[in-house]
Amino acid sequence: MSSTLFRATAVRSALRASAPTAAYRAGLASPTFVRGKATLPDLAYDYGALEPAISGKIMELHHKNHHQTYVTSFNNFSEQIAEAKQKEDIQAQIALQPLINFHGGGHINHTLFWENLAPTSQGGGEPPKGQLSKAINDSYGSLDALKEKFNTALAGIQGSGWAWLVQDTQTGNISIKTYANQDPVVGQFRPILGIDAWEHAYYLDYQNRKAEYFKAIWNVVNWKAAEKRLK
Amino acid sequence: MRGASRLSIALFSLLSNSFEVFASEQQPFEFGEMSAPIYTLPPLPYAYDALEPHISAQIMELHHSKHHQTYVTSLNAALKSQSEAVHTSDITSQVSLQQLIKFHAGGHINHSLFWQNLAPASSTDAESSAAPKLVKQIKSTWGNEEKFREAFKAALLGLQGSGWGWLVKVEVGQEQRLTIVTTKDQDPIVGKGEVPIFGIDMWEHAYYLQYLNGKAAYVENIWNVINWKTAEERFLGTRADAFKILKASI
Ligand SMILES: [Fe+2]
Ligand SMILES: [Fe+2]
Ligand SMILES: [Fe+2]
Repeated sequence: MSSTLFRATAVRSALRASAPTAAYRAGLASPTFVRGKATLPDLAYDYGALEPAISGKIMELHHKNHHQTYVTSFNNFSEQIAEAKQKEDIQAQIALQPLINFHGGGHINHTLFWENLAPTSQGGGEPPKGQLSKAINDSYGSLDALKEKFNTALAGIQGSGWAWLVQDTQTGNISIKTYANQDPVVGQFRPILGIDAWEHAYYLDYQNRKAEYFKAIWNVVNWKAAEKRLK
Repeated sequence: MRGASRLSIALFSLLSNSFEVFASEQQPFEFGEMSAPIYTLPPLPYAYDALEPHISAQIMELHHSKHHQTYVTSLNAALKSQSEAVHTSDITSQVSLQQLIKFHAGGHINHSLFWQNLAPASSTDAESSAAPKLVKQIKSTWGNEEKFREAFKAALLGLQGSGWGWLVKVEVGQEQRLTIVTTKDQDPIVGKGEVPIFGIDMWEHAYYLQYLNGKAAYVENIWNVINWKTAEERFLGTRADAFKILKASI
């Protein structure tokens, strides 16, 4: 699609993710790459464990179908781009880059998302502590104020996308940023906490009432995972 | 079909959640003093369940009475702010409102055209024989109807994120060409010399309750409810003809 933005940094990072080591600095992810191939990571909780904020049906479709499709497509297009490189076919490589960005981004985003959610019985919704708590208070005044700003950002996304709490790798400051479609958080910014604002993430439970989803999801946010990502 | 009370309910729910930033900068809405036009939700040309089993009544009702209504309501609010910003020579506000207007106006334009380019599967309008001249040009462009559908399907399934696929008539000098165009989010087909013939909504809200992640099945099935009579009219007509539904909904 002509509107898809191609970012060199995104593609480099997505490609890097096919190596077994580099993708998850935080050390939270279960190993998701086998012999250079991306694989679907297991969830650390049951599909129904985030109810009533997110239904088991949504979680199952979202993980087993949507995320799996990103993984499969990413591997498929990674193979094609490797072939194109071997043949020194530059046109083909360029044509494949947006697909690598999209499907690789989808894989990275969802992997981080599952980790930054948790059932209330496993700490979901418990406020952040330490350095992250301090950074939030410094930048937003309070956790509630951050959530309000975050929900406004989510509601303002025009189409499919994500909102992220990110850390600027240059200044160390945290901020809220929105990303279109499956554009991943790479380059200058480090992902701390992401919320999926694609309609598939909430439609079966909330339909057009997306503001209710944005409100409810804070009850199952895993701030511990977010804390570990902050440097 | 949808009166002022429906509009004000939708407006209230909009103000109370997703539109907070924007709304907080505004005075309460006073429609009597507005100098911008007020768009309204056009009624569907068929019942909510008329496209079953290909598109469920539940999807149609939410899609029309909630999603489309929200685009209309938000467009009116953005246009009102725009006219105030023009009035007060507030050029920075005017610029910052442009993307919001484009998004919600696009949503209103796209959905208004979409409802009209669908028809119940049992209707003769849903047969491609209702569009003899258009089909002739489709055949001369893609070889046959099947190849055209394959090309359209590939374009729709290639969208990354929310968007639309359109069959568009493009006037190139004296010639009229057909082309398949995909657009992101709610970007409308409004280029010079472009006439949208029919569009297919590829936002997840258009199919998810029925097809879940099986969007290929949605794309297959929607061919059963394309309104070829409307398509032929748009193909033979002008841009202004295609967009007359929008004038009617002011
Ligand atoms: Fe998702
Ligand atoms: Fe898009
Ligand atoms: Fe739609």
